Amino acid sequence: MKSLILSAATRLLVALMLLFSVYMLLRGHNDPGGGFIGGLIAGIGFALYAMAHGTEAARRALRLDPGVIAMLGLGFALLAGLFSALAGDAPFTGQWWFIGAEEGDKGLPLSTVLLFDIGVYLVVVGAVLTLVLTLEEEV
Amino acid sequence: MDSLRAHSEPKTKADAANTSAQGSAERSAPVWLAALLPAALTVGFSFALPTIAQGDTIRIAYDWVPSLGVSLSFLVDGLSLTFALLIAGIGTIILLYSGSYLAGHPRLGRFTFYLLAFMVSMLGLVLADNLITLFVFWELTTVTSYLLIGFDHASAKARRSALQALLLTGAGGLALLAGLILLGLAAGSFELSAIIAQGDAVRAHALYLPILVLVLIGAFTKSAQVPFHFWLPNAMAAPTPVSAYLHSATMVKAGIYLLARMHPVLSGTEAWIWSLTLFGAVTAVWASILALRQTDLKLALAYTTVMALGTLTMFLGAEATVAVAAAVTFLIVHSLYKAALFLVVGNIDHATGTREVGQLRGLAAFMPVTAIAAAAAALSMAGFPPFLGFIGKELKYEGALAIASEPLLVAGAAVLANALMVAVAGIVALRPFYGGEPATPRRPHEAPLRQWIGPAVLAALGLTFGLAPSLIADSLVQPAVSAILGRPETVKLALWHGVNLPLLLSLFTFVLGLLIYAGHLWIRQRLTALDTRLPLTGDTAWDRLLDGVKALAAIQTDLLQSGVLRRYLFTIFVSFALLIGASLLITGALRPPSAWPELMVKHWVVVALIVAGACMTTVAYSRLAAVCALGVVGVGVALLFVMFGAPDVAITQLLVETLVVVLVAVAMLRLPSLRPDSARPNRRLDAALAIAVGAVVSATLLAVTEAPFDRSITAYFEQTSVPEAFGRNIVNVILVDFRALDTFGEVAVVAVAAIAAFALIRAGARGGRP
Repeated sequence: MKSLILSAATRLLVALMLLFSVYMLLRGHNDPGGGFIGGLIAGIGFALYAMAHGTEAARRALRLDPGVIAMLGLGFALLAGLFSALAGDAPFTGQWWFIGAEEGDKGLPLSTVLLFDIGVYLVVVGAVLTLVLTLEEEV
Repeated sequence: MDSLRAHSEPKTKADAANTSAQGSAERSAPVWLAALLPAALTVGFSFALPTIAQGDTIRIAYDWVPSLGVSLSFLVDGLSLTFALLIAGIGTIILLYSGSYLAGHPRLGRFTFYLLAFMVSMLGLVLADNLITLFVFWELTTVTSYLLIGFDHASAKARRSALQALLLTGAGGLALLAGLILLGLAAGSFELSAIIAQGDAVRAHALYLPILVLVLIGAFTKSAQVPFHFWLPNAMAAPTPVSAYLHSATMVKAGIYLLARMHPVLSGTEAWIWSLTLFGAVTAVWASILALRQTDLKLALAYTTVMALGTLTMFLGAEATVAVAAAVTFLIVHSLYKAALFLVVGNIDHATGTREVGQLRGLAAFMPVTAIAAAAAALSMAGFPPFLGFIGKELKYEGALAIASEPLLVAGAAVLANALMVAVAGIVALRPFYGGEPATPRRPHEAPLRQWIGPAVLAALGLTFGLAPSLIADSLVQPAVSAILGRPETVKLALWHGVNLPLLLSLFTFVLGLLIYAGHLWIRQRLTALDTRLPLTGDTAWDRLLDGVKALAAIQTDLLQSGVLRRYLFTIFVSFALLIGASLLITGALRPPSAWPELMVKHWVVVALIVAGACMTTVAYSRLAAVCALGVVGVGVALLFVMFGAPDVAITQLLVETLVVVLVAVAMLRLPSLRPDSARPNRRLDAALAIAVGAVVSATLLAVTEAPFDRSITAYFEQTSVPEAFGRNIVNVILVDFRALDTFGEVAVVAVAAIAAFALIRAGARGGRP
């Protein structure tokens, strides 16, 4: 599908969608969003890009094979789950660090829960794009 | 390149020489070290001898699955110590031997590991004090013996034999598991030491007969009793050290161990006595006749193993002390001579390249040490004084005569089997070494030290224990007999019992045995002639059984797996509607809601949208229209989620809807257009099914909302989400923190599904069958 309007609009739209997907991923712990939703948005963004510019271009833009992305995500999630072993907790117990926390200010919260959510995000992106790109290429 | 097969196929001798030149030096070193483990275990177990000889036992227990009453408990008593010493002691010799026998074999390391794993499983089996622990180790011996028998996996025969042993003993294992669980329930404990104390209660229990039958199936398959005997000779496809180990002291004796262990609990009833006596007697006589028929030394030994197992089973059927003492003594005798003879046959094979009796003559001149070890082991096997075999045989006759129920049958079977044993001992261990010149593929030579030391030690033990039976009488035989009978017993072993009926039977056995030996060529001819006329042997019956199972599987696969997506969906939806609908009706959960919820106009609009979309989907003639109409349904549902306060679910729903439309739009390029006549052959049926499924789902939802709602979990999440997980979005906190393990499983499924779909699409596009 070659359409000038679509391909011109997609460049802008996909960038926004990717940004939005990261936003959804990060806000998920307190507001609607999360890794699953973020991953779906990013996946749809790349699917749109593949429709407008072809799967070759989408794969180049991804840089990694979607299957590899999915496996990386699974690895991150597993790593986040096993990390609690270092603290002596049961698997998948969340570990938190509040960087620069002071009285009345919790600082920058970092956690294995976030790593886990990033893992979910990557699995969803990878799985969706594996499906979409293969379907587009083979069918 | 397989030096294993090179032993029997002289053509590949050069290959074998090559591999051994390359690999032997660095590969045989670990095998030497591996022999240290069983050696250390043997020494360790022998420290327990004084304690056991006093009639005490040692028990070690750890909790394993306490909620199920499963503990990792071990018991050392006379019976388990006898077995443990045989397993570890003969294991040491086998590991030493195989390091040399398989020197240079590319998979020697793996072989050693299998052998050690098997040994540990076997030790666990005989030492276990918990029924479930015992079963786990029982299955481990099945699995590890599969690996050992099929070690030469390039040979189809080895693979078949290994699978046969696995399936047969595995099936027996399943029966055993059922039997052990019933036994545990009947006795109220899974600890053997506790069960043994209440044998009377078990025997009087209503479940006694099922328990007995199931346990006997397990024991008889493992210990190769007729009609399950055929797997054992086939297992000779294994390398000779494996045969020596599995068929002397270990694998096949596991069934005997089980019978001995269960003796205090299950014995004494008519069913026990008759099934053990009859199966044992038939197995002993039938196997020793078959042993005469063999021309391959290893096969002949394999059948004598079956004979020994039959004899042991027969004597364990009895209650008399002397009969059980005969079983224990013969167990030790048999392990010693059988391991020695297998190793001797391995040496002959190694040195000459053949195991055929016809070609083997006069080897004593070339392999003097092996010949002496063979002669000593064979004399013990044939039961000549002053070897331990003689004491074993005298005890057998004494025990047979002491059996109250059927002394003539048992004694007759014992005499016949022993006479045949004398003949087979002559054929296997004497004939190849004397008289004439060898006509073998290779010029024979003496085996290296590590290969003759084992059989020599075993044969020497047979002689030592025969001359000084008190060495094992108090420390092993008496405690083992006490353990089997479940009461303290006194057992004395002696070489000379005076002139009595057993001695006369012994003399008669020798005469009969020598006669059979003299005429064995004639008998073998008759047996071979008979063999071709037999309509069905165990082995061919097994093949037919497997073929039958495969055919049945093919039929039911054709029946159930049509490969048509429509039919699968149809089956799934019909079962869903029927099962859920029926359970709704039966449980009476189906009733009209007490109060209809107050709906606002906006809700009615969304509902109307959903209904319209659904109707549109069913009547659309183009796929694009149908997909879009389905999208309307999805968006409507998402709107409902938004209205009732579930934004996360609504967002996900919307995004998935979008994605589905994208995917279907892509896939549609390939799909045929919708035609009302051919693509949907049964529209009325489809409509009925769709309405039924919808009605069942609606009724279920109504029934669910009628039930009182338990808010305790919700309240817990509401309270702990912020203080413990630092998050205000409860849905997401549940996903990534409270239920992170579930989520991990789900994302793993997503990833695997994507890979599977990828493979299917690629295979489909290339025109191959997915």
